[in-house]
Amino acid sequence: MNFDASEEQRLFAASIARFVERDYTFEMRRRIVASPDGFSLDVWRTMAGMGMLGLPLPAAHGGFGGGARDAMSLMEAIGTALIVEPWLATVALAAQLIARGGSGEQRQRLLPAVAEGTLKLAFAYAEAGARYTLAHVAARARRDGDGYVISGLKQAVPHAAAADALVVSVRTSGGDGDADGISLLLVPHDAPGMTLRPLRMLDGTRAADIALDAVRVGADALVGAPDHALPLIEEVVDFATALVCAEAVGAIRSANDATLDYLKTRKQFGVPIGSFQALQHRMVDLVIECEQATSMASLACSAVDTERDPLARSRTVSAAKLRIADACRRVSQESVQLHGGIGMSDELKVSHTFRRLTAIAQQFGDADHHLERFAALSDSREGDAWQ
Amino acid sequence: MDLDYSADERAFRNEVRDWLRDHLPAAMRDKVVRYAHLDRDDLLGWHRILAAKGWIAPAWPQEWGGTGWNVVQRYIFEEECGYAGAPPLVPFGLAMCAPVLLKFGTDAQKQRFLPRIYRGDDFWCQGYSEPASGSDLASLRTSALRRGDRYIVNGQKLWTTMAHMADWIFCLVRTDTTVERKQDGISFLLIDLRTPGVTVRPLMLMDGHHEVNEVFFDDVEVPADNRVHDEGDGWTVAKYLLGCERMNTARIGTSKRELARLKSFAAEQRRNGRLLTEDPRFRDRLSRLEIELMALSITNLRFLDRLRAGHAPGAEISMLKIKGTEIQQALAELMLEAAGPLAQAIAAVDAGTMADSFVAALAPRYCNMRKTTIYAGSNEIQRNILAKHALGL
Repeated sequence: MNFDASEEQRLFAASIARFVERDYTFEMRRRIVASPDGFSLDVWRTMAGMGMLGLPLPAAHGGFGGGARDAMSLMEAIGTALIVEPWLATVALAAQLIARGGSGEQRQRLLPAVAEGTLKLAFAYAEAGARYTLAHVAARARRDGDGYVISGLKQAVPHAAAADALVVSVRTSGGDGDADGISLLLVPHDAPGMTLRPLRMLDGTRAADIALDAVRVGADALVGAPDHALPLIEEVVDFATALVCAEAVGAIRSANDATLDYLKTRKQFGVPIGSFQALQHRMVDLVIECEQATSMASLACSAVDTERDPLARSRTVSAAKLRIADACRRVSQESVQLHGGIGMSDELKVSHTFRRLTAIAQQFGDADHHLERFAALSDSREGDAWQ
Repeated sequence: MDLDYSADERAFRNEVRDWLRDHLPAAMRDKVVRYAHLDRDDLLGWHRILAAKGWIAPAWPQEWGGTGWNVVQRYIFEEECGYAGAPPLVPFGLAMCAPVLLKFGTDAQKQRFLPRIYRGDDFWCQGYSEPASGSDLASLRTSALRRGDRYIVNGQKLWTTMAHMADWIFCLVRTDTTVERKQDGISFLLIDLRTPGVTVRPLMLMDGHHEVNEVFFDDVEVPADNRVHDEGDGWTVAKYLLGCERMNTARIGTSKRELARLKSFAAEQRRNGRLLTEDPRFRDRLSRLEIELMALSITNLRFLDRLRAGHAPGAEISMLKIKGTEIQQALAELMLEAAGPLAQAIAAVDAGTMADSFVAALAPRYCNMRKTTIYAGSNEIQRNILAKHALGL
């Protein structure tokens, strides 16, 4: 047992901290969010140059071969600074699908470009009515000669408009909710028949609704095994979920820091409001939430790195996401309440952190979804790995 | 970062586990897991088994019988004992009086008391709270007036756990009533409960058990040699002791065992024709509780890792007490609810045994566990400590 970061991880965390301070102040972020594309190519290039894009990609393909634990400090920084660039969509989702399921040719062609910052990707899986169920895929692809023809709708796909190519989950056989019959296809952003309707999200990021109307791709577009992509999707979404838990820890800590600072400086009735016991105890409970969330993020990142049994991995990730979702709600709501009216102001960072925490609570499944998944996976196992 | 125990730590855990399997008497374990009442013989019996093995006081310096284990090994040991269903070790001698003697006691005091605590010859209790001094401990009024080489003690202690089983009590007493600051003028005295003028009276609690007492001191003569540390500086000792007390309150091993028991118990109960473990409302509460315990066990390991690296235990320890006790209470509550209406029957009027003594113990257990968020510094006091010392509020 050991919770220390390695020397390498420490240096990486320190360089990320400098990057955030220099290139991602709250004012800079405000300008980026208001820009036409909603993200900054300059920042993206800087992130590439600092190795952030290659961090969890295979060393054989331009990456550094890191795992979720290596990316924790980056995710915490993303949560602290509320970074809106498409890191998670590109690196933790789409590129992971290719790294873990793609052909040698796909890995060689795509991953080095991702690491260099010249290729942005997104993963289009969500659909109307699917909520958080990954197996619900109604968009269909039928074989057509060597290739596939895709038709269907994808909803609120994070960072889709920024992506040069999308990995799209499609149904190649079976019914809409079947676990089998799902495949992954790589679709270039300018594929004829694909139209995007860009969306603004609560947390300042961008997404898009996607309509696929007889979009034709070649046989080489297939990522992973045809009809059997669900285990790969689940593995990668668990990976990204664990990382979002680490991002939440950064956002929670940043909200708590702001709230604590406010309690010490804001005066009412002639004294700092932090001298009131009613507020002190609530602040303490927020700090405890942060510690419990930190523990669960560590547990989830360890599980996606080391747990070989997919059921045990998913069970731990669901436990973490449930606990983090609860912490996100509590900390964000209390941070606004303890700030009072100013906490709701767009001028203050805490209201932006509130919005990101609100989004994280539901990203990849809300508390109820993960509670149900945790319980269902608990039924099927003996003993407990965390003991 | 590696959340799993290292090969050495696993080997140590297995050694402890194997030894417990062979040496924890089944009858003792059975009483613990059934929440049966443990008497002095049960508690001292297990104490002596551990003492014979040399494992009764791991945290003490090795010259006094400590094991030389690091904080992680000590935690593993405690967790395994809790998980195995060993009787709890009464902390008043081992984990409270002894650390005080080791830090503040004279050589003569150490020689006189430590070996007896180690062997279980003396059973200790703690004389802190008074009728008018609960969380505001420093307002205490039990007086000790110096007369030659003795103190004359008068006053009353309250909520004195296990005083009716104990041989000795360590007390905070006021040796100077003229001070301006209430924390001044307090001294730390060791008092033999057989001394004339000491009266121990039971206080029955809502669980129907005799666990706590009132202790009255009526012109009790105590040798001045029984004072630990300087006269009037007992508050320094008290604060040190409160820190020791908080360290051991998360009880994660015990909670893990109780969670496993709760799961298997709930899997035997039915509601509306299906197993309670398949009832969504019950299952959600059970899952949330399990996940909170998962998080706390990792939080605890993270704090231990910091202690092992040489950082002094800070106010953060208070959060282990807050969360650990909340979980213990939630477990007792869910256990009570899992049993359903039959849990309300707690004993046979004719003093015969109950058909299911485990179920009969659940409601009293639920009542009893309310103490955990009150004792050892109430959870509100713990929040005060965190606010002041960890957050600077």
